[in-house]
Amino acid sequence: MSADRPVDLPEILDGTLLQKPVDRRDALGLLLGGVAASVAAVGACAPLNAATPEERELKLLEWEEFTQKHYRRMTEEERAETIARLERLAKLRHNEDCTIATTDAQPGVLFGYAFNVSKCKGYRRCVEACINENNLDRHQDTQYIRIFEMENGVVNLEEADPTYQHEVPAEGHFYLGTQCFQCANPPCVPVCPVGATWQEPDGIVVIDYNWCVGCRACMAACPYWARRFNWSAPEVPPEEVNPNQHYLGNRDRKKGCVEKCTFCIHRTRQGRLPACAEACPTGARVFGNLLDPNSEIRWVLAHKQVFRLKEELATEPRFWYFSD
Amino acid sequence: MHLWAFLLSALRSVTSGDRRYHLWMGSLTAIMLVGGYAYLVQANEGLIVTGMNNHVSWGLYISNMAFLVGVAAAAVILVMPAYVLHDVDFSRAVLIAEGVAVSALVMCLGFVMANSPGYPWKWWRLTPVIGLLNWPDSMLAWDVIMLNGYLVLNLAIPFYILYSHFVGREPSKKKYVPLIYVSVIWAVSIHLVTAFLFAGLPARPFWNSALLGPRFLASAFTAGPAFMILLLGFIGSQSRYAIPQVAIQKLATATTVAAQVNLVMLFSELVYEFYMPTHHGISARYLFFGLGEHHALVPWIRAGIFLNVAATLTLMIHPLRHNQRVLMVACATLFVGIWVEKGIGLVIPGFVPSPLGEIVEYTPTWVELCVTAGIWALGLFVLTILVRVALPIELGEVRSPYLEQETGTRIVRPRATRARYEDIRVRIR
Repeated sequence: MSADRPVDLPEILDGTLLQKPVDRRDALGLLLGGVAASVAAVGACAPLNAATPEERELKLLEWEEFTQKHYRRMTEEERAETIARLERLAKLRHNEDCTIATTDAQPGVLFGYAFNVSKCKGYRRCVEACINENNLDRHQDTQYIRIFEMENGVVNLEEADPTYQHEVPAEGHFYLGTQCFQCANPPCVPVCPVGATWQEPDGIVVIDYNWCVGCRACMAACPYWARRFNWSAPEVPPEEVNPNQHYLGNRDRKKGCVEKCTFCIHRTRQGRLPACAEACPTGARVFGNLLDPNSEIRWVLAHKQVFRLKEELATEPRFWYFSD
Repeated sequence: MHLWAFLLSALRSVTSGDRRYHLWMGSLTAIMLVGGYAYLVQANEGLIVTGMNNHVSWGLYISNMAFLVGVAAAAVILVMPAYVLHDVDFSRAVLIAEGVAVSALVMCLGFVMANSPGYPWKWWRLTPVIGLLNWPDSMLAWDVIMLNGYLVLNLAIPFYILYSHFVGREPSKKKYVPLIYVSVIWAVSIHLVTAFLFAGLPARPFWNSALLGPRFLASAFTAGPAFMILLLGFIGSQSRYAIPQVAIQKLATATTVAAQVNLVMLFSELVYEFYMPTHHGISARYLFFGLGEHHALVPWIRAGIFLNVAATLTLMIHPLRHNQRVLMVACATLFVGIWVEKGIGLVIPGFVPSPLGEIVEYTPTWVELCVTAGIWALGLFVLTILVRVALPIELGEVRSPYLEQETGTRIVRPRATRARYEDIRVRIR
C-alpha cells in the first residue's frame, strides 16, 4: 500500500502557502489538487498516526512538488524555491546532500559529438561512467549508452550484438556506440502531450521529470531508442549518488517518468566533458562546441568521412560516426 | 424538479431487474474489483509489474484503446442515417449506438489512465490554462481533446432527447441537430487522429504508412457495427424495444462492405511489405512469420485473419446474412477478429524489433490482464446502465411524475422515435 497520507487542509493553511501570493493558476492547481488529495484519502490506506515533524514536512513538500509549475514557466524565484525544495526532499527521502544546478545554456554554444568506430574496443567504460555520473537506476539496470558489436563488413544494427558478454575486442569485429543524439529535429519533442520535453538553445533535448505524465509517446517516437522509462522507483545506493546535479539532468527521478542522456548537462554547461567522453580509454569519443571553429569536433567534421544513423529520417542528429 | 425525478427514475431503472440482470451486474462488479486491485498493485509498484519494458513501451492498454476508439467512432454509422439522412429504420437504434460510443470512450479513457502509471490525477497537467496542453503539436493532445469532446457530445445528445421525452416534450431539432452534425465529423476525426498518433512516427516503419488512417476507419466500421448488431439483437430478444429487422439488415450490409474494404487494405499491405521485402518490413515479417525463434504473435495474427476472412465471406452470402443466427455468429467472429488484428497485431509489432534492431518479445502479465478485464467490465457496466435507463423512457413506460401536477400543460405522449411517429400517422390514416 502506498504511504501517501492525505494532505489535510489545516496543514496547508497553517504552513507557508497562505503567505505566498497566489495567482489564478496556483489557486486552480490547489483546488484540483485538493480533489486529488481527497481521492488519495480514500484510495491510499495509510497509517494516519505517523506524524513526526519530518514526515509532516515531507508530505507538505511532496504536495508542493505535485502542484509545481512547468520548469520553463517558473520565474527566477520559483526556480530557486523549487531547487531548495528538491534538495530538501532528496535529504528527507534518501538522506542525500546534493546540489541541483539550473545553469542555463551558454550563449554561442551548440554541443556536438563524434564517435570513432575504429578506436572503440567495446570496453563499455563509458556505460559504467554514465551509470555512476547520472545516478541511473541500479534496480532496472538503466543504461543510456548502448555499444553494438558488429562484424567487419556489415553495417546493420539488426545483425549487431548489443548484449555481448565476452572478452573484447573480439576478433573480426568493430564497435559502435549509441545514446541520445540530441537531434536538431527531435521527433520525440512535438509528440509530448504536456510539453514536458524540449530542446535547449545549446542543442540538448531535456525533460522536466516533474511535469512528465509518463505516457511514453516520446519513446515510441524516438528512432534511436534513446529514451528510458522508470518502470519502478529508481534505486541508487546512497553512497554511490553523485551529488553534483542539474534540474534537467541527473537529479532524483521518480517512478513513472521518462529520462534520457543529456550529454551530462550538469558537467558540459560548466565547460567539462561528458562522463562517457572522459571515461573512454581509447579516445574514441570527441565532444565539443560546434560553434567554435577551433574545437576538436569541428576538426573531425572537416577532416574525416563522417556518417550518421538513419539520415533518411531527417532528424539531423548532432552525433556523428567516423573512422581513422 | 424534473431533473431530480429523472435521476430517481434512472436509479430505479438501473437497480431493479430480474435475477439474471443482477447476476450480470454482480459479475461485472466482481471483475471490476479484481481490476481495481490489479490497478492498485500497478500504481504502487510502478509499471514494472506489467510486461512492458523499454523496448516494448506500449502494450495491451494502448492496443485496446486503439481498438475501442474505433468502436466509439462507429456510432456514426447509425447516427448519420438516423439524424442526417432521416432514415426512419435507424431511429430506434441510434440511442443505443450512442450508448455504445459512451461506454467505449469510458474504456478508452480508462486504458489511457492505466497506461500512465501511478496517480491518474497527474493528468491535470493536460488541462489548458492550469496545465500545458501541447496542442496542436502533439497528436496525443489532439486525441485527448477529441475523445473528451466526443464523450461530451455522446452524453449530451441522448440525454437531451431522453430528458425531453421524460418530461413530455418534443426535443427541439434546432437544439440538437447542429450537435449531431458536429458529432458526425467528430466521430471520423477521433479515429483518424488516433491512427495519426501511430502513423506520424517515422521511427516505427510498421505504423508509418499513409494507409493506417483509412485502415483504422475500415476496421472500426467493421467491428463497431458488428458489436451493435449483436447488442441490438440481444435487446430485441429481451425487451419490447423491437429494432426493425430492416435496420439490422442495413447495418449488416454496411458491416460487410467495411469488412471487405478492410481485407482489401490488409491485402495491399501484405503486397507492399512482402513482394519485395526490405528492412522497412521487418516488423511485418515478425508479425506474420516470426523472426528466428521469436514468433509470439504469428498464431494470433493468423487466427485473426482467418476469423476476419471467414466472417466476411459468410456475410457476403445473402441467405446467410439474412439468417439471424448466422448473422450473430458472423458478427461475433468479426468483432473478435478485428480485436486480434488491431489490438494485438498493430501496436505491439510496431515495437519489435526496436529501432536499433533488438528483438524483445512482449507477454502481458496477470496485472495487465486483470486491469484490462476490469476496464472492459467497466465499459459493459456503463453500457448496461445507459441502455437500462434509455429503454423505459423510449418505450413510454416511464414519465416524470410531476407531469400530471402541472396544470395547463398538455400532456403529449411523445413520439419516442420517428418510427413510432410513423406508426401513429398510419393508424390515424
